[in-house]
Amino acid sequence: MASLAFTSQSHSMRSLLRRVLAVMAVGFLVGFALIQITPCVLTIANSFKCDAAVENRPMPFIPLPETVTCRDETGVFISADEQVDGFFFRPSVDGYRKILESQLPRWVFNTAFLSIAVTILRLVFDSMAGYALARLKFPGNRALFFVVLGTMMIPGVVLLIPRFLLLKQLGLLNTYQGYIIVLAADAFGILLMKQFFESIPREVEEAAMVDGANRYVIFFRIVLPMATPALTALTIFGFQGNWNNFMDALIILGGDTDLYNLPLGLTVLRGSGLDVQYDLVLAGSVITTLPMAVIFFIFQRYFVEGISYTGLKG
Amino acid sequence: MSAATTAAGNPVAIQDQAQQNRSDAFAGLSFVAPAAIVLFVFLILPLLVALYFSFTNWSGTRPLDHPEAYEVVGLKNYDRWLVSGRRVDDFYRAIRNTLYYVIGVVPVQTVFALLLAVVVNQRWLTRKGFFRTAFYFPSITSSIVVSFIFLFLFSAGGPINAVLGALSPNYEPVAWTTNNDGLFHLLLESLGITEDTVGAWVETEIMDIDIWEWIAGPSVALSTIMALAIWTTTGTLMVIYLAALQGIPSSVYEAAEVDGATNWAQFRHITLPLLKPTTFFVVTLGLIGTFQVFDQIYVLQNDQTGRTTTSVAYLVYNTAFEGNSPNLAEASAIAIVLFVIIFIATILQRRFVGGDRAEE
Repeated sequence: MASLAFTSQSHSMRSLLRRVLAVMAVGFLVGFALIQITPCVLTIANSFKCDAAVENRPMPFIPLPETVTCRDETGVFISADEQVDGFFFRPSVDGYRKILESQLPRWVFNTAFLSIAVTILRLVFDSMAGYALARLKFPGNRALFFVVLGTMMIPGVVLLIPRFLLLKQLGLLNTYQGYIIVLAADAFGILLMKQFFESIPREVEEAAMVDGANRYVIFFRIVLPMATPALTALTIFGFQGNWNNFMDALIILGGDTDLYNLPLGLTVLRGSGLDVQYDLVLAGSVITTLPMAVIFFIFQRYFVEGISYTGLKG
Repeated sequence: MSAATTAAGNPVAIQDQAQQNRSDAFAGLSFVAPAAIVLFVFLILPLLVALYFSFTNWSGTRPLDHPEAYEVVGLKNYDRWLVSGRRVDDFYRAIRNTLYYVIGVVPVQTVFALLLAVVVNQRWLTRKGFFRTAFYFPSITSSIVVSFIFLFLFSAGGPINAVLGALSPNYEPVAWTTNNDGLFHLLLESLGITEDTVGAWVETEIMDIDIWEWIAGPSVALSTIMALAIWTTTGTLMVIYLAALQGIPSSVYEAAEVDGATNWAQFRHITLPLLKPTTFFVVTLGLIGTFQVFDQIYVLQNDQTGRTTTSVAYLVYNTAFEGNSPNLAEASAIAIVLFVIIFIATILQRRFVGGDRAEE
């Protein structure tokens, strides 16, 4: 950040100004980071409190080593004072125990199963379609590209009702298959893969073709293994998007609580109206987020790269 | 010599080429088929189905194969919701809420994301990774989870009220999630202007809603949902901006420094113009996302705040599946209108931001 200083006085003024600006900028960053982190910390802390403590003393965030149960032997709820002391609180796992006794374990399985199934199908279908659009001359190639691009403009809300009707007619409403097939390919993934395949030099394929390999062999044996970065991005987006998918689950699986995914299940755990069971809801939120958080911290680099990928794509 | 060895001059090669083209065409079609079928059946066909049913009177109760299941009624559903029917006020209230939401969220999250990215991109900043992680983290989880976190943060006895109570002893806890007061109304009230003092003209009705209600501003309840959206999305958008900033070669800035350009001038005349396509992308993402806001409303909506928090997307769902008389045809009509609105908004912003990209 060298600058041209014409006089020493203006130079020192400017460097002072620059320092003040830098301090303000870092303050802005730290402030924003606190705003982003604090709610997460408070959510985790309060998921280990009984309802009374959550609603009266939500702020204490440092757990003490001794735990409590929310009801004593006679079934009476303990007061907030018995659990909370300054910034410290005695954790309770009652919220977690209660939701694990609900259908939540089933929902965890459903969410994992649906996310993995959709992601695998997308990896196959999107990369095949992306490769065809990038490399293979077939009638309608260009037109299909614009159709795929155009489908990205269709808002999900418009699809709610007709998808519901269509699946109902097909007898796939409230089934795993119904959810999976609707989401088995997506325009974004196809375009991502197309763009990636276009960046691979043609010579690679031409060399293989001289050796007599056909397109299928070339694609599955040679091109696809080279596409690991794009496939990783696709995996992350597909898995994350479906792990967190609420709207499609609500419409397609909403009729059968055994098939719910976690976001849909959470809205049921909430209870009705304004009487929210915070211990359940917060514990459920933590459990829903935990697997994604673990994946995020392990594959952080790919998340960021994947996001950047979408940005560059425009 | 060289001509003889190229494919063009060799009859055998031409035949090979033709054969290759045929097998490529076959391979191409078989490669796109699965994805094309899925997209056609579950994206394009549904759009057409929604369009078709929006012109019928099918409520969804009679099975479709029933001979008198429905009849085509033309624009009646549109008329009923948009022009002169019983539900016009509900529709425009949802439009108003959605517009406040879009106009409140998109500029704020875009500007914040840009500022954060510019600061994180500074060469002297250490711990870039920490900040990037902290900003991005909220967007890894479900919008439902985030909604519950905010429900908890803004609950009567929740952290927000606890902090404000600790800061000022006279603080009366605000019922954030159930408060219907519009922000502009509150602002006007603090200036001494109320519906009674401002004059009769505010009772003039436009689309069945009086002017006073149109200018209410986002309600306190809706504002908390807007804060939630900004909180979740800013980090993602920042990462997008950061990637674009890192793609600008430092030689550009070095040249500007030699010419004596100030930091502000560099930002104004180099960074912003070079980020134009990214800004276009970020604003488009923002518009498409906010116009469709649904999940957050589904969780944070309650009986008290229906009037000031119902979004158009939620209205579609509510009309189709909830309430006393669900009506799929009318809901389809609202959905189609929303589609058109989003389409127009995207085109308009292409005018204003002017991203010169072939793709949206």
